[in-house]
Amino acid sequence: MSLTHDTIKETLAAQFGDKILGWEESYGMLSFTIQPDHNLKALTFLNDDPAMGFQFLTDLTAVHYPDRKGEEIAVVYHLHNLRENVRLRMKLYVPIEKPDVYTATGLFSGANWMERETYDFFGVNFVGHPDLRRVLNVDEMDYFPLRKEFPLEDQTRIDKDDEMFGR
Amino acid sequence: MLEQGNIHLPEGSIEKQTTTLNLGPTHPATHGVFQNILEMDGERIIKAESTVGYIHRAFEKLAERRPLNQITTLTDRLNYCSAPLNNMGWHLTCEKLLGVKTPKRVDYLRVIIMELSRISDHLICNSIVGVDTGAYTGFLYVMQYRELVYEIYEEVCGSRLTTNMGRIGGFERNFSDVAFQKIEKFLAEFPGVWKEFENLFNRNRIFIERTVGTGAISAERALNYGFTGPNLRAAGVDYDVRVHSPYSSYEDFDFIIPVGTTGDNNDRFQVRNEEIWQSLSIIRQAYQKVQAFKGTEADVYHADAPEYYLPAKADVYTKMEALIYHFKIVMGETEIPSGEVYQSIEGGNGELGFYLISDGGRTPYRLHFRRPCFIYYQAYSEIVKDTMLSDAIVTLSSLNLIAGEMDA
Repeated sequence: MSLTHDTIKETLAAQFGDKILGWEESYGMLSFTIQPDHNLKALTFLNDDPAMGFQFLTDLTAVHYPDRKGEEIAVVYHLHNLRENVRLRMKLYVPIEKPDVYTATGLFSGANWMERETYDFFGVNFVGHPDLRRVLNVDEMDYFPLRKEFPLEDQTRIDKDDEMFGR
Repeated sequence: MLEQGNIHLPEGSIEKQTTTLNLGPTHPATHGVFQNILEMDGERIIKAESTVGYIHRAFEKLAERRPLNQITTLTDRLNYCSAPLNNMGWHLTCEKLLGVKTPKRVDYLRVIIMELSRISDHLICNSIVGVDTGAYTGFLYVMQYRELVYEIYEEVCGSRLTTNMGRIGGFERNFSDVAFQKIEKFLAEFPGVWKEFENLFNRNRIFIERTVGTGAISAERALNYGFTGPNLRAAGVDYDVRVHSPYSSYEDFDFIIPVGTTGDNNDRFQVRNEEIWQSLSIIRQAYQKVQAFKGTEADVYHADAPEYYLPAKADVYTKMEALIYHFKIVMGETEIPSGEVYQSIEGGNGELGFYLISDGGRTPYRLHFRRPCFIYYQAYSEIVKDTMLSDAIVTLSSLNLIAGEMDA
């Protein structure tokens, strides 16, 4: 295996410089945060560059962090270089008032439904997506259910004391 | 009586007419709840549009309020043809986050269970392909061996379909002698039956003509669509999570990854057939390895992780620590370390991934399932475009779409 985490770091840092906002390595997977408007550039570079070869989009999803003001929604991409068998995670944070992210459907056909799912649950607006509709929830739904402001349990219930058994 | 000459239709109108056909949501051929709106020109499909989400149950949201051990029951209901695979995948994810190291014997027992469920998954898929091409007998014949697999599950964990099998760190109890006897019985009887099943299909002209060259997808397109598992391997890409990122000691086993060439229905059928043979070989190897443990080693069925593994009931009544851990685990009071982990396993349909984010609370902050079905089903419209309706039905079943996994 020749493609090490250090190589990926150096190549990406040389290409994008200060557009990369942070590096992290958790449980063996390298992860980086990039400026939201550079997601497509980074994906294209990782896809096209022969030394990188991250041509397989494993997963695409989002996370809602209500406490991070101005960057509440994190969009997470899991990429895989199948030849070298290296996985890479790319993150970007967008404000909840304007969650605009460029679509990856031009690069990966598989991103189509993954982005629709992310839109469906978090309301991330994938700019340039050919068919950005809800995919799992009903079309009439007017909110994005996986955001943290929607608690799972009925708030009028009083028989469950969150003080003691709260989760 | 109207004369033929009196009817004036616009030039070429009959040729231009198309029919809209609803295949699903409850159609016997979809084997699950999802809809395909087909634009038909006679029997040829011009355009297909898929609608999914009919059995969406918000598992990702539910998981945000549940302690780790209660999420196992949610994973059962993803791909319900191979529930133990999902269970083991979830336990492996938790163990990765919690840093629990499982003993070798647990790994091998898990491998036995995972490969049994892979067999039962492929067995259903391939025999359903048979049903959809008109060969019902094979399906009914092999069904009794799925029953035998379910009896093994029953012996190990007590339930059959939605198994909720195992715990973080291992199994809830050791495999009984009956369980091992049943595994032996399966290993002795199933290969002969499966050989017969294969002959029934591979020498059947109708079946070969229905499957060869239909529903094909190239390796390049399959990768671009995010295909994994048997469907990707049928297109000729030898990607298998068991080999690329071994988990549960898969590196100790000797097996090959079967690949196809054209990615058509027949290749998918053949790849799954061959994977069943490979799984049988893995189970035999694992069984031997398990039998090689002697003395106290043969009683090991879980890791030493008292904070997450429910203690024995006798200890709960007599030991203080066991009582505390029992309470904390049952009430979901155990705090899980914060971190971000992605763990994938080779599920029945491909790479089943769990993306778990913990903020140090008692439940996951966010849990996302990478469901192979959901990702490769979007290619269906492209695959069936310009094919016959009857081929589209076979393609649907040979892709092995499980609605539960698709909709989560």
